[in-house]
Amino acid sequence: MTNFFKKQIKDKGRAYIYLAIATLLVVLLTGTAKAAVGFLLIFGIPLFFMEKMPAYATTGERFSRYAFLVIAASVLVFLIAPVLIIMPLSFNAEPYFTFTQGMLSFDPSAYSMRWYLDILHNGMKDPAATVGWWSDMWNNAQWIRATRNSFFIATVSATIATFLGTLAALGLSRPEMPQRALITSLLISPMIVPLVITATGMFFFYSSVGIAKTYTGVILAHVTLGVPFVIITVTATLSGFDMSLVKAAQNMGANGWTTFRRIIMPLILPGMISGALFAFITSLDEVVAVLFIADVEQRTIPRQMFSGIREQISPTILAVASILVVMSVMLLTVLELLRRRSERLRGMSPG
Amino acid sequence: MTTANPSIDQTDTLPLKQKLAKTTAIQRRRAFLLTVPLVLFLLISFVFPIGQMLFNSIHNDKVSGVVPKFAVAIQSWDGQGLPSEEIFEIFVKDLAIAKKVREVGRTAGNMATRINYELPGSRSLFTKSARKVGKITEGPYKEALIKIDKKWANPQVWLTLQRASHDLGPSFYVAAMDMKYNEAGEIVKADELYQIYLQNFIKTMWLAALITFICVLLAYPVAYLLAILPLRQSNLLMIMVLLPFWTSLLVRTTAWIAILQTEGVINDLLVYFGVIGEDGRIQMIYNQTGTIIAMVHILLPFMVLPLYSVMKTIQPSYMRAALSMGSKPFNAYRRVYFPLTIPGLAAGTLLVFILAIGYYITPALVGGQDGLLISNLIAYHIQKSLNWSLGAALGTMLLVVVLIFYWLYNRLIGIDKLKFG
Repeated sequence: MTNFFKKQIKDKGRAYIYLAIATLLVVLLTGTAKAAVGFLLIFGIPLFFMEKMPAYATTGERFSRYAFLVIAASVLVFLIAPVLIIMPLSFNAEPYFTFTQGMLSFDPSAYSMRWYLDILHNGMKDPAATVGWWSDMWNNAQWIRATRNSFFIATVSATIATFLGTLAALGLSRPEMPQRALITSLLISPMIVPLVITATGMFFFYSSVGIAKTYTGVILAHVTLGVPFVIITVTATLSGFDMSLVKAAQNMGANGWTTFRRIIMPLILPGMISGALFAFITSLDEVVAVLFIADVEQRTIPRQMFSGIREQISPTILAVASILVVMSVMLLTVLELLRRRSERLRGMSPG
Repeated sequence: MTTANPSIDQTDTLPLKQKLAKTTAIQRRRAFLLTVPLVLFLLISFVFPIGQMLFNSIHNDKVSGVVPKFAVAIQSWDGQGLPSEEIFEIFVKDLAIAKKVREVGRTAGNMATRINYELPGSRSLFTKSARKVGKITEGPYKEALIKIDKKWANPQVWLTLQRASHDLGPSFYVAAMDMKYNEAGEIVKADELYQIYLQNFIKTMWLAALITFICVLLAYPVAYLLAILPLRQSNLLMIMVLLPFWTSLLVRTTAWIAILQTEGVINDLLVYFGVIGEDGRIQMIYNQTGTIIAMVHILLPFMVLPLYSVMKTIQPSYMRAALSMGSKPFNAYRRVYFPLTIPGLAAGTLLVFILAIGYYITPALVGGQDGLLISNLIAYHIQKSLNWSLGAALGTMLLVVVLIFYWLYNRLIGIDKLKFG
C-alpha cells in the first residue's frame, strides 16, 4: 500500500503539487472549503488514474493527456451518475426528490423503506389487514398488476419475436438469399420508424379489427418492435458460422431438421437467447405503443411510471426505478456471459 | 457423358449449367421461404397499418359522408355568387337526414369540425343550422337557410364546402405546411398566429441536429479512451456505457427529473457550494434545456458504441508512424486518426439523428412547453384534438424525412452492420 502511494508521488509528484496549488487558489477565490472539495474530486481522480507518461513527453503532451482524461471521465460520470443517484434517493424518508440534510449526515432515521412498501400498498383495499393480505396485494396493488402485465406481455412477445426473427435471420444469412438488402431493411425498420407513427397506425388498424385495448393488440405491437433486435443479434452470431459444418452433417446423412437441431441450434443458441433478452427488455421498456393501444386493464410498468411522472410524482417511482436498474444490471451480466460463451463456442477467443 | 445405365434420372442428361441454375433456384426459394413468416407478419402488423394511417392524410370523407347527395351536386357549381336553389334544396334535405339518422362519425358535428379546420369559427353555423333545418319543409330553401343564419349568404362557406366535398385532397398538407386557402381558393401563407407546424418541424430538426452534435463531442473522447485502454480496463468502463443503455428510458427520464428540478440534486449542490443563492435556483427542466440534456444522455450510447467498434480496429502503429515522421501530435490526430474514424462517426451521427427526430416520451415528460417536438404534436392531434387527417399529414412528413436518412444510412453503412454491445 505504501509502495503504491510512493509510486504515485514518484510518477506524478509535480502534477499533485500543481493540483494542490490550484485547489488553494479555488479556496482563496470562493472563500469556502466546500468548493475546494468538489474541485479536488473532479480534477484529482483522473490524475490518480493517469498512467506514467514516458520521460520524453513534453509538458504540453502531459497536460493534453490529462485534460483528455478529465473530459472522458466527466462524460462517463454524466452517463452513469443519473442511473446510480436514484438508488439512495429512493430510500428517502421524506417525500422529496432530493437529498435531505439527514440523508447527507447519514442519519439512519432519514432513510426508510416506505416507498418500497408503497409499491405493494398502492391500490390495495386494506394494507393493514392480516387476513387476505396476499390476495389483496396480488389482485389490487397497482404496481403489482402492472408488473404482472409487463412480464406476461414481454414473455409472450419475446417468444414470438425470437421464433419469427430467428427463422428470418437463418434465411437472411444464407448466401443465396434474394433481395437481401431490401428485406433486411424492411425487417429492421420498426426500430427506425418514429414510434408515434407506428403506434398511431397500429391504433387505427387494431381498432378496426377489434384488437385494440386487448392483450393481443399490445403483444402484436411488441413483437413488431422486438423483431429488429432479434434479427440483428442472431444475424451477428450467424456471420461467423462455418457453413461446412452443415455440409458435413448432411454428408453423414442428417436431414434438414436434425441438422438444425443438432448443429445449427446449439451454435446460435447464445445469439438467440441474447436476441430474446433484447426483445424482452424492449417490450418491458416500451411505452408509446402501450399509451396508444392498451387500456387500463393492460397497464404495464412503464405506462404506470409515465402517468406517475405526469400526475402524482412521488419517490415510489424512484423505488420502482431502482428495482428496474438492478434488473438491468442482472440482464447485462447474463448478456456478457452469453457473449463470452458464444465467442468460445466459435473459437474466437480463449474466453 | 455415357449414360449406359437407364435407371439414372432423365434430368441427369441436362447440361450442367441448367442443373446448377435449378439447384440455385431451389436454394434461393428455401432461403426466401424462411423469411416469409416474418415478412408477412410485419406487412400485416406494421406496414399496412402505417400505410392506412398515412392514407388518412389525403382522404377525409367527413363532408361526403354526412351530405352525400350534396357532395356530388355541388361539384357542378362554378363558384360564382351563391349555388343554385336546387343545390340548396339538396343540402337542406341531406342535412335533415343526417340529423335524423345520427350515425356515429357521420353527424353534422363531424362535418362542422371538418369545415372548422379551414374556416375557423364556422362550427356553430353547422350545428345550429342542423338543429333547425328539420323545420324547413318547402322552398325557397335558399332564403329559409339564410334566415337561420346570415353566414349562409357568404360564398366563402360554399367554396369551402365544395372543396371539402372531395374525399381526396391535399388540404391537410396545406395546413401542415402552415398555409391555407384564401377567398379565391389559392394557397397562401397562413396568419402568423397559426404558423406552428412548419416552425415546430424546423425546431425538431434543429434540436435533433444539436443533440447529435453534442453526442459527437461527448462520445468521441469516451470511445477513444475505451479503444486505447487494455481490454480488462475498457471492459470495466464499458459497463458505464452499457448500463445506462440497458436501463429503462423512463427510469433515466425520472432520474433527470430528480437531478434537474429546481429542488433537485444539481440545484442543491450549486446552492451548497455557494455558486447560486437560495432564491437563484435555475430552471433546468420542463423546458428545452431539460429535453436536450435528457435526450443526449439517452442517445449517447448509440454514438459511443459504433465509434468504439471502429476505433478498436485502428492500429496504434499508424499514429506512431505519423509521429515518428515528424508530425505534430495534433496534426497526426487530424490527418491520420480522425479520417479513419469517419465510418463510425457517420454511423453514430445518422443513427442518433434518426432516433432523435422522432422522439416522443422524453420531450412529453420533461419538455414543458417549448421542448415539445413534432412527435408530440402528432400525438396531440391523434389523441386530443382528434384531427386525425392533420396528424397523419404531419406523420407522413416526418416519416419521409426519417426514411431519407434511413436510406442514406443503408447506402453509407448498411443496416446489417448495426450491433449492440
